[in-house]
Amino acid sequence: MSELLGAYRPGSTLLHRMPVGPKLAVVAAWSIVVVATRGPLFSPVLAALAIGIAIWSGLALRRTLRTMRGFLLLMVLVAAFQTWQRGPEVAVTVVTSLLALLLVGLAFTATTAVDDLLGTVERITSPLRFVGVRPERVALAFALVLRALPAVLEVATQTRDAARARGLERSPRALLVPFAIRVVAHAYATGDALAARGLDD
Amino acid sequence: MIQLQSATVVVDSPSGPLTLLHPTTLDLGEHRIGIIGANGSGKSTLARLLNGLALPAAGQVLVDGLDVDRDGREVRRRVGFVFTHPDAQLVMPTPLEDVTLSLRRSVPDKAERRRRAREVLDTIGLGDRADVPVHSLSGGQKQLLALAGVLATDPEVVVADEPTTLLDLRNTRSVADRLFGLRQQLVLVTHDLDLARRCERVLVVDAARVVFDGPAADAVDHYVALSDV
Repeated sequence: MSELLGAYRPGSTLLHRMPVGPKLAVVAAWSIVVVATRGPLFSPVLAALAIGIAIWSGLALRRTLRTMRGFLLLMVLVAAFQTWQRGPEVAVTVVTSLLALLLVGLAFTATTAVDDLLGTVERITSPLRFVGVRPERVALAFALVLRALPAVLEVATQTRDAARARGLERSPRALLVPFAIRVVAHAYATGDALAARGLDD
Repeated sequence: MIQLQSATVVVDSPSGPLTLLHPTTLDLGEHRIGIIGANGSGKSTLARLLNGLALPAAGQVLVDGLDVDRDGREVRRRVGFVFTHPDAQLVMPTPLEDVTLSLRRSVPDKAERRRRAREVLDTIGLGDRADVPVHSLSGGQKQLLALAGVLATDPEVVVADEPTTLLDLRNTRSVADRLFGLRQQLVLVTHDLDLARRCERVLVVDAARVVFDGPAADAVDHYVALSDV
């Protein structure tokens, strides 16, 4: 997953050429549609459509599937749990809805340069300047979230490996406490890096 | 010119105030300045003072007459900082986007920003890696990218805090050669005594004090003698 999230892939597809503002609006609308129309019939159709959009955006299908192994495994567990608790129809709805949201999100980040995203978010939030909102700060936070997701996943992997090396992979304490500390340390380090580049004020 | 005037760094700790740097007075004007010392001696604290990442609890740090505390933004524009861990410094998904981020404040035009970012990446030898995911770069390439992000803003001074500590020999040489080839003033914190010997002036830091300040060869001898005790 860390290879995928937030990684822009230059290209010339319609999605690449589409202005960021409308593209962001489409993603938001897509998310609303996925949630509002969720059901055992419609959600799989949207998931199939999302797969098509992801391929169209230039995401290599085989590589995408390989790096989504963790997510797919999680979906199998979710499907099993939902089938047991609420039946197969709900399981299909939940899993395909999540897939439809994730793949369109990936297509968005794969076809949108972060610099363009920053500019657009700054423009969108600039009317809020009069109530004290700083658009450049909101935009930077937006971009940092994209970067933070893979970074947090990397921290989780490192923490799990460290616990395994000590034979403590089954101890929640050996996983959660260092994970939380490392995530906070990473946040501090990122803050320092931004401050050093003059992007904190 | 960087000037420290009785600059002192103190932080709170569970056992009370902890002094990370005792009052230190220095004028740093040489083109290549090294800082060496044991782990936890205060080297990084001294380096972080120079662009305001750490602020003095007492005394002053001035860069070309600007106070790091009062004029932090302008000081950081003049003093770039390269961290030990490039992963912490690289906040965008691709090298081009990361360098572009550095230019957002100074270059309003998007096309010009990207052109300048590509130029810096070419200069640093990463031109052909501009659009790959940052995580796919080697350790040395990441450190060069971190340096590119700093150089993009065209600072007058580059402070590098153990930039080669995590690198193998080849990458150490590559990063060091880039650093020593800069036109900017370089303040280099390092454990690598070969790199320290390439500096004109070297400070030895021990127990939160600058205990030696002089030519590289003498400073290294002093540091080795300290370590032998």
